[in-house]
Amino acid sequence: MLTPDKAAEIFDRIKNLSSADEVEVLFSGGHFALTRFANNTIHQNVAEENHVVSVRTVFGGKTARAFTNKFDDESLRQVVRAAESLARVQHPDPDLLPMPDALEAGRSAATQTPSRHYVETAGITPEMRAEGVKKIVGVAEKHSLTTAGVFSSGESFEGIFNSRGLSKWHTQTSAEVSITMLAADSSGWQKANSPDVAHLDPLALAEIAAQKAINSARPSEIAAGKYTVILEPAAVLDIVGFMFWDFSGMSILDQRSFLTGRIGTKLFGDNITIWDDVAHPLQAGSPFDGEGVQRQNVRLVENGIVRRVVYARATAERMKRSEYRDKVGPIAATGHGFALPNEMGEMPLNIVFAPVRDPQTVEQMIASTERGVLVTRLWYIREVEPFEKMLTGMTRDGTFYVENGRVQSGIRNLRFNESLIQMLSNVEAMSAPVRSCGEESFDMVVPAMKVGEFNFTEVTKF
Amino acid sequence: MKHIANWALNIAALRGASYADVRVVAQRSRSLTTKNGKVGSASDAESVGMNVRAIVDGAWGFAASAELGRGAVEATAARAVEIARASARVKRDDVRLAPEKPAVAEWSTPFKVDPFTVSVEQNIDLLLKIDAELRSVAGVTLAETNLNFNREDQWFVSSEGADIHQSKISTGAGYAAYAFAGNEIQKRSYPNSYGGQWQNKGYELIEELKLVENARRIAEEAVALHQADQCPEGKFDIILDSSQLGLQIHESVGHPIELDRVLGMEANFAGTSFLTIDKLRQLRYGSELVNVVADARQEHGPGLGTFGFDDEGVAAQCTPIIASGLFMGYLSSRETAHTIGESRSGGTLRAESWNRLPMIRMTNISLLPGEKPLSLEQLIAASDHGILMQTNRSWSIDDKRYNFQFGCEIGWEIKNGKRIRIVKNPSYSGITTEFWNSLDAICSRDEWTLWGTPNCGKGQPQQVMGTGHGAAPSRFRGIKVGSAFKGS
Repeated sequence: MLTPDKAAEIFDRIKNLSSADEVEVLFSGGHFALTRFANNTIHQNVAEENHVVSVRTVFGGKTARAFTNKFDDESLRQVVRAAESLARVQHPDPDLLPMPDALEAGRSAATQTPSRHYVETAGITPEMRAEGVKKIVGVAEKHSLTTAGVFSSGESFEGIFNSRGLSKWHTQTSAEVSITMLAADSSGWQKANSPDVAHLDPLALAEIAAQKAINSARPSEIAAGKYTVILEPAAVLDIVGFMFWDFSGMSILDQRSFLTGRIGTKLFGDNITIWDDVAHPLQAGSPFDGEGVQRQNVRLVENGIVRRVVYARATAERMKRSEYRDKVGPIAATGHGFALPNEMGEMPLNIVFAPVRDPQTVEQMIASTERGVLVTRLWYIREVEPFEKMLTGMTRDGTFYVENGRVQSGIRNLRFNESLIQMLSNVEAMSAPVRSCGEESFDMVVPAMKVGEFNFTEVTKF
Repeated sequence: MKHIANWALNIAALRGASYADVRVVAQRSRSLTTKNGKVGSASDAESVGMNVRAIVDGAWGFAASAELGRGAVEATAARAVEIARASARVKRDDVRLAPEKPAVAEWSTPFKVDPFTVSVEQNIDLLLKIDAELRSVAGVTLAETNLNFNREDQWFVSSEGADIHQSKISTGAGYAAYAFAGNEIQKRSYPNSYGGQWQNKGYELIEELKLVENARRIAEEAVALHQADQCPEGKFDIILDSSQLGLQIHESVGHPIELDRVLGMEANFAGTSFLTIDKLRQLRYGSELVNVVADARQEHGPGLGTFGFDDEGVAAQCTPIIASGLFMGYLSSRETAHTIGESRSGGTLRAESWNRLPMIRMTNISLLPGEKPLSLEQLIAASDHGILMQTNRSWSIDDKRYNFQFGCEIGWEIKNGKRIRIVKNPSYSGITTEFWNSLDAICSRDEWTLWGTPNCGKGQPQQVMGTGHGAAPSRFRGIKVGSAFKGS
């Protein structure tokens, strides 16, 4: 793995090769391995090692970036040349700010994040992953099911250096288990990840997925319509993730955010409070953004009221000069910017839902439901209408009909078309938030939710 | 590059691999975007690396590295063998590869103008010209443009003696105009949404697309949508323009025919397929007019699914998928061919880059055009009442590829053979085989376009792939329209 000292040496070589007014270098990479299984066998098993360096140069307000994954002298010469020649032909960007120095980048309320690097996780071997999969397959075979999934592990780094003396580095480990259990006409699923493999319990996940497959066998069909729905945390994560692109100053300036004209208003229910907090113990990721600015804890939604959005440095300055400046809440760089140059600006990526005073477990939500649907996960979610944030998608891998406080049977999967604004205004109960991961959105700390009047528009054939 | 491959193959063999192959890949890309009169992003990227696939004890291992020095390459090969041995701990049957005569060959994308020789200034000037044209229309609140070029050189060498060098070029460009007013955001894109049109071609594609010439019309349509009526809900005959139909083909034909999905190999992520093997040559997939092929050959066109050889050295082929409505074939690989009684791979194993395992991917999955001359205008004239829908805005399908819902950017209601009004937020839904069996007209070759989808996602770890889809506008009878907005 590339070390910060080696990266600093590479940065010095790049800086010496460049004639630009300013130079910034980003490093990323590491090693990653994934053992994939299906039909109760390991059918794909991969490992990779890579490191990427990207160079951004600035000439009189003009900037561009070039990438390479080679660190020899000639390759570094070429990447600097590419970044410089591309930058020189750009048009000057009036919004481009000088690169931040260490003081400015760290000045915005430094965030102390816990270490996310675990030696044991970094040292996971192919044999260890194979043994883990063997145990999962054992659970499948015990229940006469077929299993498919992954067991992955990795160690990664991210670093930034610039010609104003800024240098930051972050290393992290990761481990993930995702399990699907399949029966003849049903399936179940569970997934979990953590920087620390000790937090994962593949056997427990396998048993839960297996029970879902068993309990949803011989699915019946219910009619499409509006139902009370109990969404497990992964389902909540995958659907709400679609709105966080819009919690961005740039998206307000571009008039493509559903929050345009709505900041400061009560858009969701009282029980919805959301913030972005990279330092939360259940969160993961780098504590700095694409310019090296420390990520701040930002309260996005409070008791249903949208309070503010996040900003990269330049977006904040543009917003202060714009016609929206009095309508968007606090405006300041929050450390959520993407690497420059980019057209999207910034986005919150460490979402945490606040716990409610009276959390309920999923079992309690089921017990209090007269007629509803229990959903394990949602799939193939896409935006249908951007301003009401209407989304469509399917249920998958464990969908159940609930009646009179009990799970009655598995049911055929349903398509939904629902507005996130409506959904988050109709949350009747929430569990304690947990670290969750899905497939359609980034990892978050989210609760399970019981939502009234959720709109299922069609039923599929399984 | 052959010496790099030989270092790896030697180590793999020494350590017990019964089969091994090596890919060394060098990729370069240029990416430019503009937004509201400014350059949004400008980047130039290169990535070089190698990987080894090995079969040991009847199971697969794969390892990849960016380092091409001898020590690193040999270590990567050793890692692939180690991983294969670990795979063999949880194995049922040995991997079985369909035979393939090892090819020694060179292949490259035909092109007229190397896009990397066109200056960045010229690229930016073009994008800003399009941008200015879009924003000259009152009511446009956001204009986005993009231009992308990719080059890939790949050397494939196998323990069976294959030695193939391929050089591919692809070009993509497009733009979108957004109009925000009141409580609606409407959007129009050209030549297609989500990145535009892409082909394996040189810069000559950019001239062919007539980007500047269409910008004003697109911007005007984005604004006009605000005054349009909501698309009616109910059962209608629909005509899909060729770009939307290209995506329909991708989602409801291309993915379900991936044999690895059918065999359960993607069950945890992308899903499975309703096209179980018992349906091969039995299922009526579509009406008698429906003929679909999977064709990676250059003669099919410069699609993103066109190549000389796939990423395990199998020559590009044309596989009939649907013939006069009957389901005829899958996308297969050397490992999966025998499961459908085939003695040879269909040549569809492809990987995004050096650091990804090749897997079964679409090539060019195309609906063949109608044989009788029929233009879009003639098809409209022959339609009593229906909705013409153009350019995709949303797409969603279940994990067996049955139930789908698509939304488009713009529609026109057709009555008595004429477009009578624009409608906004058109959407339609259905079940895959019912939908294809409702097709009753396909426009002819003059209206056929080979579209490119540059970012089809699949696999774990995930990777993206370019796929091609040829389609001509077509009509479908009695389709559910607008249920996305029912109850909202």
